[in-house]
Amino acid sequence: MAVTAPFSTPSATAPKGCTDLPVIRERGQREVFCGLTGIIWLHRRIQDAFFLIIGSRTCAHLMQSAAGVMIFAEPRFGTAVIDDRDLAGLADANEELDKVVNQLLDRRPEIKLLFLVGSCPSEVIKLDLHRAAERLNGQVRPGVRILNYSGSGIETTFTQGEDACLAAMVPALPQAEAEAPASLLVVGALADVVEDQFRRLFGQMGIDRVDFLPPRSAADLPAVGPNTRYLLAQPFLGDTARLLEDRGAVRLAAPFPLGVEGTTAWLKAAADAFGVSQDTFEAVTARGRERAHRSLERYRGQLAGKSLFFFPDSQLEIPLARFLAREMDMTLTEVGTPYLHRSHLAEEIGMLPESTQLSEGQDVDKQLDRCLAARPDITVCGLGLANPLEAEGLTTKWSIELVFTPIQGYDQAADLADLFARPLVRRTKLRV
Amino acid sequence: MKLTVWTYEGPPHVGAMRIATALKDVHYVLHAPQGDTYADLLFTMIERRKTRPPVTYTTFQARDLGSDTAEIFKTAAREAYDRFQPQALLVGASCTAELIQDDPGGLTDAIGLPVPVVPLELPSYQRKENWGASETFYHLVRKLTKDLPKPEKKAGAQPTCNLLGPTALGFRHRDDLKEISKLLDLLNVKVNVVAPFDATVADLRRIPEADFNVMLYPEIAETTVRWLERQFGQPYTKTVPIGVGATRDFIGEIADLTGVDPEPLLADLPSNMPWWTRSIDSTYLTNKRVFIFGDASHAAAAARVAHEEMGFEVVGLGTYSREFARSIREAAEKYDVEPLITDDYLEVEAKIQELQPEMILGTQMERHIAKRFGIGCAVISAPVHVQDFPARYSPQMGFEGTNVLFDTWIHPLMMGLEEHLIGMFREDFEFSDDAAPSHLGHSAARPEPANRDVPQPHQSQTDVPGVPRDAAAGVAVLERPTTEAPAHETASPGTAPDTEGAPVWTVEAEKELKKIPFFVRGKARRNTEAYAAERQIGPITVETLYDAKAHFGK
Ligand code: SF4
Repeated sequence: MAVTAPFSTPSATAPKGCTDLPVIRERGQREVFCGLTGIIWLHRRIQDAFFLIIGSRTCAHLMQSAAGVMIFAEPRFGTAVIDDRDLAGLADANEELDKVVNQLLDRRPEIKLLFLVGSCPSEVIKLDLHRAAERLNGQVRPGVRILNYSGSGIETTFTQGEDACLAAMVPALPQAEAEAPASLLVVGALADVVEDQFRRLFGQMGIDRVDFLPPRSAADLPAVGPNTRYLLAQPFLGDTARLLEDRGAVRLAAPFPLGVEGTTAWLKAAADAFGVSQDTFEAVTARGRERAHRSLERYRGQLAGKSLFFFPDSQLEIPLARFLAREMDMTLTEVGTPYLHRSHLAEEIGMLPESTQLSEGQDVDKQLDRCLAARPDITVCGLGLANPLEAEGLTTKWSIELVFTPIQGYDQAADLADLFARPLVRRTKLRV
Repeated sequence: MKLTVWTYEGPPHVGAMRIATALKDVHYVLHAPQGDTYADLLFTMIERRKTRPPVTYTTFQARDLGSDTAEIFKTAAREAYDRFQPQALLVGASCTAELIQDDPGGLTDAIGLPVPVVPLELPSYQRKENWGASETFYHLVRKLTKDLPKPEKKAGAQPTCNLLGPTALGFRHRDDLKEISKLLDLLNVKVNVVAPFDATVADLRRIPEADFNVMLYPEIAETTVRWLERQFGQPYTKTVPIGVGATRDFIGEIADLTGVDPEPLLADLPSNMPWWTRSIDSTYLTNKRVFIFGDASHAAAAARVAHEEMGFEVVGLGTYSREFARSIREAAEKYDVEPLITDDYLEVEAKIQELQPEMILGTQMERHIAKRFGIGCAVISAPVHVQDFPARYSPQMGFEGTNVLFDTWIHPLMMGLEEHLIGMFREDFEFSDDAAPSHLGHSAARPEPANRDVPQPHQSQTDVPGVPRDAAAGVAVLERPTTEAPAHETASPGTAPDTEGAPVWTVEAEKELKKIPFFVRGKARRNTEAYAAERQIGPITVETLYDAKAHFGK
């Protein structure tokens, strides 16, 4: 049974710890994807959306290479490749863009939401995609909404692309009335199975008005207003959060739903805000917690005491480190993140062991030196670094898999642990 | 601006990376934003290289624009030199840095590094990967050798050559160069330098010492070998030795250049292919309709092998390498087909749909198209995928290459007798339309569920009113025997045709058509419809079907 306002204050469930851990700040060569890469999962998540990158051949090549394998079905993304005619002013870039958009919508009549995605070249030549989107909106084809954001590498790092995309959607969300009943908004792309599990758990607690952003379909854009309470499902959504707050929504501070502890605290933040009793909360989450504990037990033996090094990549590093350190008893050497969002990660940082070395930004050569000197048992890094580190005798886990795999929630906790255990098992198993 | 779904080639700086990564002691400082570092994974993941490509990216950000991007470049170049101590440095810009015009060459000059610096001007908005590789190789070789004297030719010495063109991330380059080295050894020709693959700067400086150059991959090496010919009088080979005939020609070219006697080798070619393809079990390969697409050299070579050595019928031939389109135009004329010169994946897909070949020899892109349409496919050219770096020795060139081609090309095809049995006993429930060649096992059957995503032309018309044929969902459509098209079932005489001019089949004729094995059914349908249209026959009956068969001869 959902309650309306007044809410209980967002809870302080997360244990308070030392929030001023040492941070290495670096500015040098970064070995991280740009924000365009987020399209690889976003275009599957929103089933009637298309992502049109306005960029160069490099951007198109990045998309097809970063996806690792080519996606079997025709993807719902593409690139309008800028050529020298556009640059020399021989072709009017806006006219050209209109042409491409029309061509695309003719080809894909089922598309209801089109994102014009900016890239470094489109930013540098100052192509105003916001104006283009406004101009094209509703005009090209009735019923097709056109939004824009930038996934450029000069402005966004990897998962920040999702932040930019969701932030672009916020102004398009319908307004919830001031007297609307309280609702919960879960923000951040999750696997369908995870979303369904969370929806069930919230329902069992009596929280029925639950929406997810991004939605599975453009038609289901959730309403937002002063009675919206939102939970971040991902740690990299700074801009989206700010814009939601501008529309009156209130963030429920919580750690992220990774591992038993994180999932419980995350669910509890919602339960508290919606006045769910402790008994109900216990009853609803007991089975999941118990199952997760039981299945994690199997992995603790494999992971406990092993040391861990994170290269900066998805911004999931800190919540992952917290889970692996606290629930799997792993030892943290360096936890790198491309960007440290202090307020969204306050609960997480507070839960990290006191001696944890954080690093923000990157100078990849220096970081590689530190990693090789530390010789951690497992290193979490991007695809470009993994094999070279393996060849140096280190065990690695590619970080991109962590954003492509359902890892949140109770029933995925063991899958998450398995992602780290498997490379270690493999290394001990092989005799060649 | 051009709408692109998949690309055949990366940007030109990726070509430069392929040269830098192939070499042992060259470093590349690339002015580029952070996202461009994705290119590292091409080498470490697809090619499984054990070291990072020797590339330093400046990874400038928006806040650096207009203020200190040039300074960032200088710092990166200086630090890269100090850390990696290369013997030569390549410097250049990616697409974004090209727009901010920082002049990497000038900036590097200003630092004054003690090694040769080669500034690369690779226009990203016009050119592509192979061109970038070619330019990089040329400028590097030129810079390192242009002031060297023309070497004296010693009379009576063993003939020597360089093998030029193999790069990192090349399609079977690693194995081709080994195979061609073996072949040269059999001819008593000494290999002086292989480059850029595993070469050092010192090796590159020795290039002028050889008598001639072997141009293994024209897309990469042609500009360089032509310059070397002008500069040092080194002639070069022009045949790409893929296939029996081309390998023989290649041997002939070398004999002409060096005076070695090719006859012992030509008389007893160490290849199984000529006999394998004459063996009567290969009869079924005769006139299999193949569509060929790839880089120009591989596609042209494959067309010759397909036509002369496998006995296939080349029904389509194309390339994405515009710079080398001429060789494909010439080849296409020989096989009497329309050359397809495009780097638009969708155009290639549409062409395949139109031609309905029985087999595709293509790139990883065509492999996907083939999978979707249920057509057999072998990969003959870049762009590559991790599968194109097999653990085993698997060259395309030379003698062993001919064996590899034979094996890999017939692998996806249905064997002769099996094809007949399916033809005879269409009703056998195990001979469903998606029966794959038996040696591929059940798991290799055409991907049924995915095919369901492929809309039937008729369905797309009924489902999406007003949308032109084939436009719906943007997926090209071949005749899909695996999914029954409801529209076909109901198309009986008297039912209005569902499109202007779309041929109508009687229910019986439609049924009869289904008795024809799926791999030739598309052709039968097309021939029959063409036959009917020409004679204004409608609806198409069982008789029309057989009349058309008699008319076309098969
Ligand atoms: S970093 Fe910029 S130029 Fe490079 S792929 Fe990303 S958006 Fe495109």
